[in-house]
Amino acid sequence: NVVPTPVKISLINMLSETGLQVIEATSFVSPKWVPQMADHTEVMQGINKLPGISYPVLTPNLKGFQAAVAAGAKEVSIFGAASEMFTKKNINCSIEESLERFDEVMKAAREASIPVRGYVSCVLGCPYEGKISAAKVAEVSKKMYSMGCYEISLGDTIGVGTPGSMKEMLTVVMKEVPVGALAVHCHDTYGQALANILVALQMGVSVVDASVAGLGGCPYAQGASGNVATEDLVYMLNGLGIHTGVDLQKLMDTGTFICNALNRKTNSKVSQASCRL
Amino acid sequence: QEPQASGLPEYIKIVEVGPRDGLQNEKVIVPTDIKIELINQLSKTGLPAIEVTSFVSSKWVPQMADHKEVMKGIERHPGVQYPVLTPNLQGFHSAIAAGAAEVSVFGAASESFCKMNINCSIEESIERFEEVTKSARNMNIPVRGYVSCALGCPYEGNVVPDKVAEVSKRLYSMGCYEISLGDTIGVGTPGSMKKMLEAVMKEVPLSALAVHCHDTYGQALANILTAIQMGVAVVDSSVAGLGGCPYAKGATGNVATEDVIYMLNGLGINTGVNLCAVMEAGNFICTALNKKTNSKVAQASFSTGTI
Repeated sequence: NVVPTPVKISLINMLSETGLQVIEATSFVSPKWVPQMADHTEVMQGINKLPGISYPVLTPNLKGFQAAVAAGAKEVSIFGAASEMFTKKNINCSIEESLERFDEVMKAAREASIPVRGYVSCVLGCPYEGKISAAKVAEVSKKMYSMGCYEISLGDTIGVGTPGSMKEMLTVVMKEVPVGALAVHCHDTYGQALANILVALQMGVSVVDASVAGLGGCPYAQGASGNVATEDLVYMLNGLGIHTGVDLQKLMDTGTFICNALNRKTNSKVSQASCRL
Repeated sequence: QEPQASGLPEYIKIVEVGPRDGLQNEKVIVPTDIKIELINQLSKTGLPAIEVTSFVSSKWVPQMADHKEVMKGIERHPGVQYPVLTPNLQGFHSAIAAGAAEVSVFGAASESFCKMNINCSIEESIERFEEVTKSARNMNIPVRGYVSCALGCPYEGNVVPDKVAEVSKRLYSMGCYEISLGDTIGVGTPGSMKKMLEAVMKEVPLSALAVHCHDTYGQALANILTAIQMGVAVVDSSVAGLGGCPYAKGATGNVATEDVIYMLNGLGINTGVNLCAVMEAGNFICTALNKKTNSKVAQASFSTGTI
């Protein structure tokens, strides 16, 4: 269901009060492809931008980049993949061609002093190709980093990864990209996300992507879950004594808000357990 | 994957607690023949141990009222253990009479939990268990000890690792061959798991330790990973994640066996268990209970048509 613009804006505003330092606001992609993000300009202009918080937006190409900057964006993201078939199916070109497109964005971003975050999808498996070699992930990551992305978020797009494959992949990627520039974006489709994140932390990764209430299912497995829930991640990090600056209660309240608005149950176990029915 | 190179155990024994711990915490009373069929299906998956039932008064645990029938009705596969819970000597004798060849006793690291659960102090519960382990020793029956509330208590909140170590040591000294450390309300995290295991490992040999993690706060697999990184090689889990949490309405409880095996397979660790067969058993019991599985692996596999 398409979420109304005011609800999106309220969600982002509530997230801005939790202590989170980075909130991915929207995507400047054609509404033909992603109707949910059609209101990107209104959202970008409607949210409260708190000092010290970054509101990156997705920009798949130069056109999107320009629209994003015009709407006030101060940081953008580009989405690559470690799988040729996934790239073909997702954005209808080869990995090489996608990198050429991104290069245009990078050039424009550099001129405008806009930081760019790079995502690499399918790092632990691909819905079409199956197994993905760690070397390929390292190759794509290195290219995006060399192009000027300040950070590379490695995405287990279909959540098939395990601590074993996460370790193997990171070991290879860390030879090409400094660990300080790496992030992990784990999906919980097979329940492995927190264990995979733990391994990444043990290897020195200190940036983790997550989604409040575990919003976002898996488009490749009907009914299965997708993103790991920010609440569950913060609970684990708190227990490890790792500082995040995030207020778990405020985060849970935000999760409750969006789930009510979407008329759905949370995917966060911490939220579920803490609910006194 | 090379588990040895990463310091992980090469083999991990999975103790399947679905038919007992799982079903005990499900609201619907499951017919005896369904219980028996579930256990029979699990016996074919390669699982080395399946907790069958509990010889406790049916007044307290109506779900386990058919303990004798279940014990007598199941197929016993060679190489598979079928432990049963025996809270006291009476339950122990009843279990043996019904054909049990292994029993378990349930202690706790929290006085309040012990009081609320079995209406006595930890010390009194230990005395009760000692009666069981004495009789068991005489009959060459192995006894497994559980320590509940190892990472937190629904009544006391924080639980001190040294207390867990103390109770574990008592159970081990009285003759329990294995101590299963239970995160009863699932509040533990890799941080608290590590601290607790460090304390317990001073008193009980690593090879005699198991972890029984609940997934109520989504931490189970991360906690299990931490435990196995420290050398623990026995993990309890429940097919389809059967068994909610009696202390948090609507929240989940046991970690799903399927999800544990998926992780261990990915780590290159041998369990001897066929994941697909477990998913089928999980599908069977969820259909019988008319409920959705709590296993994410099963959910994802059904969705992508892998099953």
